[in-house]
Amino acid sequence: MLVFEKSRPGRGVSALPECDVEVLAVGEKDRRESELHLPEMAEVDLSRHYTELERKSHGVNDGFYPLGSCTMKYNPKINEQAASLEGFTGVHPLQPAETVQGCLKVMKETEDALCEITGMSRFTLQPAAGAHGEFTGLLLIKAYHLANGDTKRKKIIVPDSAHGTNPASAVMAGMEVINVDSTPDGLVDVDKLREVCDGNDEIAGLMLTNPNTAGLFDPNIKEITDIIHSCGGQCYYDGANLNAIMGWARPGDMGFDCVHLNLHKTFSTPHGGGGPGSGPVGCKEHLAKFMPGVRAEEKDGALDFAKAEESLGEMKSFYGNFLVVVRALTYIKMLGREGIPQASKNAVLNANYMMKKLSSKYDIAFNPAVCMHEFVMDIGRQAKETGVTAMDIAKGLLDNHIHPPTMYFPLTVHEALMAEPTETESKETLDQAIEVFLKLNEIAYSDPEQLHNAPVTTPVTRLDEVGAARHPVLKYDFEVSNE
Amino acid sequence: MGTYVPNTEAQQKEMLQEIGFEKLDDLFAHIPDDVKFRGELNLPEGLSEMEVASAMKKLAGENRVFDSIFRGAGAYNHYIPAIVGTVVSKETLQTAYTPYQAEISQGVLQSIFEYQTMICDLTGMDVSNASVYDGATAAGEAVAMCRERKQNKALVSAAIQPSVMKVIETYCFGNEMELEIIPEKDGFTDVEALKGMMADDVACVYIQHPNYYGNLEKAAEIGEIAHSAKKCKYIMAVNPISLGMLKTPREYGADFAVGEGQPLGLPMAFGGPYLGFMASTDAMKRKLPGRIVGQTVDHNGKTGYVLTLQAREQHIRREKASSNICSNQALCALAVGVYLASMGNGGIRNVATQCYSKAHYMAGRMAEAGFTVKSDDFFHEFVTESDKKSSDVLKALEEKGILGGYPLDESRILWCCTEMNSKKDIDEVIDILKEVK
Repeated sequence: MLVFEKSRPGRGVSALPECDVEVLAVGEKDRRESELHLPEMAEVDLSRHYTELERKSHGVNDGFYPLGSCTMKYNPKINEQAASLEGFTGVHPLQPAETVQGCLKVMKETEDALCEITGMSRFTLQPAAGAHGEFTGLLLIKAYHLANGDTKRKKIIVPDSAHGTNPASAVMAGMEVINVDSTPDGLVDVDKLREVCDGNDEIAGLMLTNPNTAGLFDPNIKEITDIIHSCGGQCYYDGANLNAIMGWARPGDMGFDCVHLNLHKTFSTPHGGGGPGSGPVGCKEHLAKFMPGVRAEEKDGALDFAKAEESLGEMKSFYGNFLVVVRALTYIKMLGREGIPQASKNAVLNANYMMKKLSSKYDIAFNPAVCMHEFVMDIGRQAKETGVTAMDIAKGLLDNHIHPPTMYFPLTVHEALMAEPTETESKETLDQAIEVFLKLNEIAYSDPEQLHNAPVTTPVTRLDEVGAARHPVLKYDFEVSNE
Repeated sequence: MGTYVPNTEAQQKEMLQEIGFEKLDDLFAHIPDDVKFRGELNLPEGLSEMEVASAMKKLAGENRVFDSIFRGAGAYNHYIPAIVGTVVSKETLQTAYTPYQAEISQGVLQSIFEYQTMICDLTGMDVSNASVYDGATAAGEAVAMCRERKQNKALVSAAIQPSVMKVIETYCFGNEMELEIIPEKDGFTDVEALKGMMADDVACVYIQHPNYYGNLEKAAEIGEIAHSAKKCKYIMAVNPISLGMLKTPREYGADFAVGEGQPLGLPMAFGGPYLGFMASTDAMKRKLPGRIVGQTVDHNGKTGYVLTLQAREQHIRREKASSNICSNQALCALAVGVYLASMGNGGIRNVATQCYSKAHYMAGRMAEAGFTVKSDDFFHEFVTESDKKSSDVLKALEEKGILGGYPLDESRILWCCTEMNSKKDIDEVIDILKEVK
């Protein structure tokens, strides 16, 4: 039942005291005429309403969440405690620098740590999410080329295995996307890349994630970034998969010029049902002067706001999703220099363990000897032999209290299920999940209908998405309810 | 060192053996030597939770939290009912991802559907998305949405929040839309100048109401001028709290209503996370960026909610998507939903009325302290002009634990009042201002 259907006129929360100055009303020209239909609820009704919504949801705290490319690791509670300190929540963003030294220190310490982990020389914390970071990085590249008088460079190379945000961000940055196909092994086709780039003075750069979306580390990475640089392009690193390699390889050393990270993936901040995230962007020295926003810089023994000399502007108001940054810094402080590489090691161990155990019954896309933090199951064979699709397996997992892997991605694998267990799952959890996956494979052959009909234990069964898009109902209709 | 890895060393070893490896490092053996990182990361040693708790508390303690705040300029100090914090701390709602698996995400989806309904109700618009990053990126996205093949120019009022202007500039730097600034005159958008700027290639007219200086624009008239060009859209950025009192963007004739959602139950938090709301008329719904939740039925005919109109989005359309947005500010949208549900119709009208009444009370007393208020047609922010130096004024207030208005320059200050400022606090500010030389 919607909150509006529970509303009873006359109920409410006693939030505010009476107005202690003369009550005034705005002139008629600006006075609201239309009615308001906000809910009128007692606090107890509200408490129960949202508890019910919580019960009808699934978070990392509820169980295994191997959603590939999203790094659904456990979200530590100390992060939440730190982010709720009044010294952080009660600060106005436009206070004088000397009154926000703590916030500036948070920015500085986070920037320093992210530079070290990625091999970059500067970070901006302003971008609010991964896609926002991509947009930022591409604008940095654009500003760089323009400053060099290189106005022709408008083409950006994106492999076919890339996240959909990559090409969408490129278009927002006024660039034209060149898709480059992968090799049969799921890696960048170096020969094709060279063909596209050789002597091409219209190449703005390349967007790549390494390890890629199939969980494979591209061994030719240095050659790839060299090819781009030799034709005058810049290399952008999509940090969605950084959780695999912290302390083992750094985008900066691979030859990337700028990078975005997802603090809500790699650095353990919660996803909030879709956000807020945080997508800091790092760059090497030659791009630093174009950085957006402000950073914390030492001046006369204290920290102050500093703006890059040829800054490309602002990506959003103020300094980014600051409380998300507080959470990430808390996490970095907990793990420290030994804990960060250890997290990556265990993320890779868990993924390989799961991949190996599942490979007895499931085809693994590109059949790698070792994967990184994630791997892709190809349900194509089951689909052909039983009619059970990746979607059906995913829905079968729901009846077993497991959040399914990412479905139908990467696009290079038709019946893909992309699983990323993360380092914060125990062997017991993985073993249970493996057992469920193997059981679902058996059911695919013995009783496929059962999987076509799954899930049956959830608050609703499969929903009519086509109908939802064809006849959109996008808000509650108060008039119908009054009849 | 802190860790969140549950597997013991013995378990790790056992797992390695089962998959045919000896040590953890062997899993990284295939990373080529020319890019392998050697040595240790130059980071501090990891700590226990107790140590980290204390370190973060120390950092928080190095900020000054003012008890009495008269500063707005894009971030507003409002009362947040206790239930808001309780709900957004619910572990499941906090740790869920985007609701791709609708069957186990009905709670998150329903909360977004309720949020969309409330934003539509407040703004008078037909369709709302599930939020974008903040009011400034909502502005950038809205301007970009209005672009057509032959309409590549945006007219944006100079009287909007400067950081929003900067973000619109950034988005236009990206997509290469032409941006022209409608000049400001005496704290208002210059309507006559706008008339002269209208042409067939104008994609949209963008204003903020109340504007950066708190003033109430001639919003209906500006809408009529905007619509005088064939395909031009009218975008209004509004403070959502003001909608408890002011006409809705729809009533003023807007095609899009956008704005900063922070005043609706989100702490100021040094600038974020906030939320940008975006709502449009039905005609424009397929151009909206970001997630949208729709109502539908399941196989048994039971009502449920799903992400819908996904043909606009990056994961389907890639380079043809209406925007690249993927993550949004869902948990902030939940906070907004809880805030509006706890305030209710009466509550939101009351907040708006208190903001308006207190700001006008304060403005009315400014003359006593030697400050001129330039306009009386404002909502809850207003600009004063004075011979007293802004920096001296603000310093004097700061010494008494008060965060004064935002200095526009050494003679002008932008003040803000909300329900949080009592008459006593306002009177105290006036008394201090009188003393400043």
